[in-house]
Amino acid sequence: MSQSAKLGAIIRPPPTRSGPLGWVRANLFGSWADALLTLLILWGLAELIPPLVRWALINATFTAADSRLCRLADGACWAFIHEKYRLILFGTYPYDQQWRPLLAVVIITVLFALSCNRRIWARWLIPLWLGGGLLVALLMWGGVFGLDYVENRLWGGLPLTLILAVTGLVVAFPAAVLLALGRRSELPVVRVLCAGYIELIRGVPLVSLLFMAAVMLPLALPSGMTIDKLLRAQIAFILFAAAYLAEVVRGGLQAIPKGQHEAADALGLTYWQKMGAVILPQALAVAIPPIVNTFIAFFKDTSLVIIIGLFDLLSTAKSAIADPAWHGFYRESYLFVAILYWAFCFFMSRYSQWLEQSLKRDHRN
Amino acid sequence: MDLWGRRLQERLERTMRRLIPTAAFGLALTFALMAGPAEAGAVFNAVKARGFIQCGVNVGLAGFSAPNARGTWSGLDVDYCRAVAAAMFGDATKVKFVPLSAQQRFSALQSGEVDLLSRNTTWTLTRDTANGFHFAPITFFDGQAFMVAKKSGIKSAAELNGATICAQTGTTTELNLADYFRSHGLSYQPVIVEALAEMNAIFFAGRCDAVTSDASQLASIRAADASNPDDYIILPERISKEPFAPAVRHGDDQWFELVKWTIFATIDAEELGISSKTVTDFLKSSNPSIQRLLGEMPGFGAALGVDEKWAYAVIKQVGNYGEIFDRNVGAGSRLKLERGLNALWTAGGLQYSPPLR
Repeated sequence: MSQSAKLGAIIRPPPTRSGPLGWVRANLFGSWADALLTLLILWGLAELIPPLVRWALINATFTAADSRLCRLADGACWAFIHEKYRLILFGTYPYDQQWRPLLAVVIITVLFALSCNRRIWARWLIPLWLGGGLLVALLMWGGVFGLDYVENRLWGGLPLTLILAVTGLVVAFPAAVLLALGRRSELPVVRVLCAGYIELIRGVPLVSLLFMAAVMLPLALPSGMTIDKLLRAQIAFILFAAAYLAEVVRGGLQAIPKGQHEAADALGLTYWQKMGAVILPQALAVAIPPIVNTFIAFFKDTSLVIIIGLFDLLSTAKSAIADPAWHGFYRESYLFVAILYWAFCFFMSRYSQWLEQSLKRDHRN
Repeated sequence: MDLWGRRLQERLERTMRRLIPTAAFGLALTFALMAGPAEAGAVFNAVKARGFIQCGVNVGLAGFSAPNARGTWSGLDVDYCRAVAAAMFGDATKVKFVPLSAQQRFSALQSGEVDLLSRNTTWTLTRDTANGFHFAPITFFDGQAFMVAKKSGIKSAAELNGATICAQTGTTTELNLADYFRSHGLSYQPVIVEALAEMNAIFFAGRCDAVTSDASQLASIRAADASNPDDYIILPERISKEPFAPAVRHGDDQWFELVKWTIFATIDAEELGISSKTVTDFLKSSNPSIQRLLGEMPGFGAALGVDEKWAYAVIKQVGNYGEIFDRNVGAGSRLKLERGLNALWTAGGLQYSPPLR
């Protein structure tokens, strides 16, 4: 007893090695180079943060009836956001009906959150998303249950960005899995077709695909017949996302050791049983980080629809600063949408980290 | 033009020029083959049957086309869409606005996605011919101009001899500037800047005596970036030509005529002193020009294929040219552009309507 107490007293580390002081010493000032770097970063933060706080908070104008007050102040004009947030969030959707796109955004977010729960995956995931999608479509279009019909020409802002991205990914993902399997297939025609499609789409920039959909396609159709602009953009996105995701999934497939294939074959499983029960669950788990990477990139790529005149989140932010009465508050406007984009992307990234941990299967033995 | 929008557009346009010259050619060819002899009045009748006009506008350009906080469109280009709707249906609200990007605007008009393109589009020979458009009368004469600080006392570009002038690099702006000074035997000190935002900062910091760009863009810069917009003036000279006009596609002369005469009617109304507030009083006028314009002397609406009160509806609901100009880009707006070339011909400008008879 006395021995251990004595030992305890002896092994207590010196104060400079433990506690906050020790941590600072070990992590921030471990060597001359570390110390220099730490000081540089501290200096940079000291230069950056006070002006930023002054601009964004201290000198900022939070409420103003018109932009004149804002222009006199040195700081940010959050009154601009207060004036314009509904235009930025919902575009030209009828003003008194904007609870509908708001609800649609909430539904999509809730669907995402529910999908985080892996227990519902097996049976509920598909009906849940189908039901949710139907509800969103119902809310956005209306025309039934006493809701006014709203053309998708008027849709804009956050719901449009979310609908483009989510529909694009949900439709493209199964297509991507099939394309990836096709590309590794032993049937030559299937393999060549899939590889050809993937290489064709990957060989052109998304911008040019959007241009094809927005500019060339209408000219190729018989006159008088037009396909909806949103639908054209959506199809271009699906084609694009499917090709990229297919390559990501193929990467996952290739990471699965040959022994897994051979074991499944030895059990007498058919091709689809083998893929569905043995290979794909492992391959997709391996491919989670690049898949989410593609999702995030794709979510932000939707902002490219600005060049075909669709009112996504970035376009509405741009339109908001074109109003002569509130002209030129581009910092506030772009910062506002940047925060929104960041929130969604950060959520996706955290979710993928968690999913990666919970699906961890080690292939190294 | 909007500061960031134009940069983005320019960059995209450069990229596109490099990317698909052949595609563009193919596109023009395809259209030329497809256009063929269209049925006269096809667009006119289709619009009439549909009950509204599909009008292509800019996604967001201060003074010309932008949605307000409630999502309602306003601007000079937008008002001309409304004016045509008023002429056609007697109701200026019968328009659906289709926001278009610079790249997409021509194919949207060619393919029939819009009936009318009212989107700060400069009228050029190629657009008339290869694209297959008819341009209606010019609704806004834009052009490269100079902006100076009011306290400099400069009143005309001729007084800019020896001045330092800010311009953006790599644009036609820079070439026009050099040409103008050379042809007038003046000297200047150029300050060529890469980014528009940087150019504005330098100018408002007082490092240049003048800054040059399109007049509408200068007005937009002044409204957005000057601490006190009243301290700066845009000089009256225009050293390049950027006439903005609404366009329709080839093949329907009746539709083209309605668009054309709607614009002329707004100019004619201003010349006759008829505004949206006074138009009802003028119905009793004995002046034959006014009687013809307002449909008191019938036959002109019928000739266009619309109601006799077509111009009355345009003036009553949208206004005359002066009103449209003032509230969107002129003295009544934040852009505060002078009328300049856009004044009536009777006031030294270029806005002129052929006789409505």
